[in-house]
Amino acid sequence: MERIPILRMGEYLLVTIQVDMHDRLAMTLQDDLTNRISETSAKGVLIDISSLEIVDSFIGRMLGNIASMSRVLDADTVVVGMRPAVAITLVELGMSLTGVRTALNVDAGMDLLRNSLDARKDALYGSRIH
Amino acid sequence: MAVVSTEATPVATESDIVAVRRLVRETAAKLGFSLVDQTKVVTAASELARNTLIHGNGGEMELITLNGPRVGLRLKFHDHGPGIRDIQLALRDGFTTGSGLGLGLGGAKRLVNEFEIDSQVGQGTTVTVTRWK
Repeated sequence: MERIPILRMGEYLLVTIQVDMHDRLAMTLQDDLTNRISETSAKGVLIDISSLEIVDSFIGRMLGNIASMSRVLDADTVVVGMRPAVAITLVELGMSLTGVRTALNVDAGMDLLRNSLDARKDALYGSRIH
Repeated sequence: MAVVSTEATPVATESDIVAVRRLVRETAAKLGFSLVDQTKVVTAASELARNTLIHGNGGEMELITLNGPRVGLRLKFHDHGPGIRDIQLALRDGFTTGSGLGLGLGGAKRLVNEFEIDSQVGQGTTVTVTRWK
């Protein structure tokens, strides 16, 4: 069965969607990611959608579901690389991806995840002295 | 209005939705649509193709290229499904009979210039959308 690869890098999981996904593939990714977060105790998920030419309501819903499920499993999600034409279309479609954190590119997305994890560790263990 | 070409393609499986997106994208690009307009019409086609598959039990899409006086792309999604009982309700954001978000029909309408639904309960539904260049 066709699958979208999920890469592990330390405490993070990385996904690059490079194909035009049919609906079942999107559902499979949602399930696979949820399982991997739980197996690896990942603290953050980065989803790169810079190759996606469209995001329709189905894919938008999948991104929202992944963000919600990962939050329940104690991981942050950030979606990066959305093309401007996709953003314009998505908003006109009526989806504003509420609850999904976004960043312009992979670097900015990783910064967001790291900062968020640091803030959580600080809150847990008290501020570190540098 | 000059119809330049007409092409029919099946909408019977999930892979057909992907094929519809590709066909609409290629045609819109060939007609010289801007990138944003291509993205809008492809997204609308994706929503409508999914409706045809899920709510209409499959059907087909007719792709019509219009040229003169205006250049445009017209898509007709046709199915022999159960039909839509209340079109106004079906167009409302958030209304759904399936498991989706209820953005498909109303969302697709916002992404095109012309939108028409012809639906007979028990007979089927035809949704026709046009996006002008």
